[in-house]
Amino acid sequence: MTLLITVFAAVITTAIWYKKNDEKMLLGPLCWMFWGASIMWFVDAIFEYAELKAEYFTPALEDMINDTFLGLSVVALALVIWVVILLIKDPRGTVRNKLKKK
Amino acid sequence: MACFLVPGTEAIVVTAAALLLKRYEQKKTEVKIGTNNTSAETQKKSGFAGKLFWLAELLWGGVILLAFEHLWYGEVVPFFPFLTAATEGPAAVSEMLGEMASVGVTMAVLVTVIWIGMVLISAAIEKRPTTEKAEVTV
Repeated sequence: MTLLITVFAAVITTAIWYKKNDEKMLLGPLCWMFWGASIMWFVDAIFEYAELKAEYFTPALEDMINDTFLGLSVVALALVIWVVILLIKDPRGTVRNKLKKK
Repeated sequence: MACFLVPGTEAIVVTAAALLLKRYEQKKTEVKIGTNNTSAETQKKSGFAGKLFWLAELLWGGVILLAFEHLWYGEVVPFFPFLTAATEGPAAVSEMLGEMASVGVTMAVLVTVIWIGMVLISAAIEKRPTTEKAEVTV
């Protein structure tokens, strides 16, 4: 479930990055983050599948709920990291201008 | 258990290499501008350092999110010795090292292989004529 949620996040972010083609939004780091985690969790899934075989695809409800929460938390963490990078780098100068006005 | 430490180590090495290469490429470009009067477009073209940063970002991104997962499951703790397995005896440490050698190394290798593929594809895309040029030739 965590892998699935991260892959969806990676695909959606990459599609937005391609459509917007706006370097000032710094979507690149977010794409790399999601894809990097997706690849690593994919490897994890392969090893788990090799151990559990068909059982891998029928997880217990409790495990699924826990994995879903983890997946959503991972997406939230990645988004928070991206916002922090965006505000610190401030490519549009919005934060700088706001601070100067004060 | 601590599989993310392997790609994490690779991320540190790759980032250091990318930073060094970037500095070297910048120096090289400065010399070229001084002697050959290189155009601004050539200066803008990212060298291999830029592509090495792709790998670094891919690795760091994965490592950060995986570290969070390990924290979630209690395999990593925010205090010494940081790895739960380290406090559970030699059997747990052995299992952890085994996982690092199998899962961790595979993660690092797969990310690197995918990055090599991306570099090759991007080189092919860079060689393609731009959209405007393509329209003119048709």
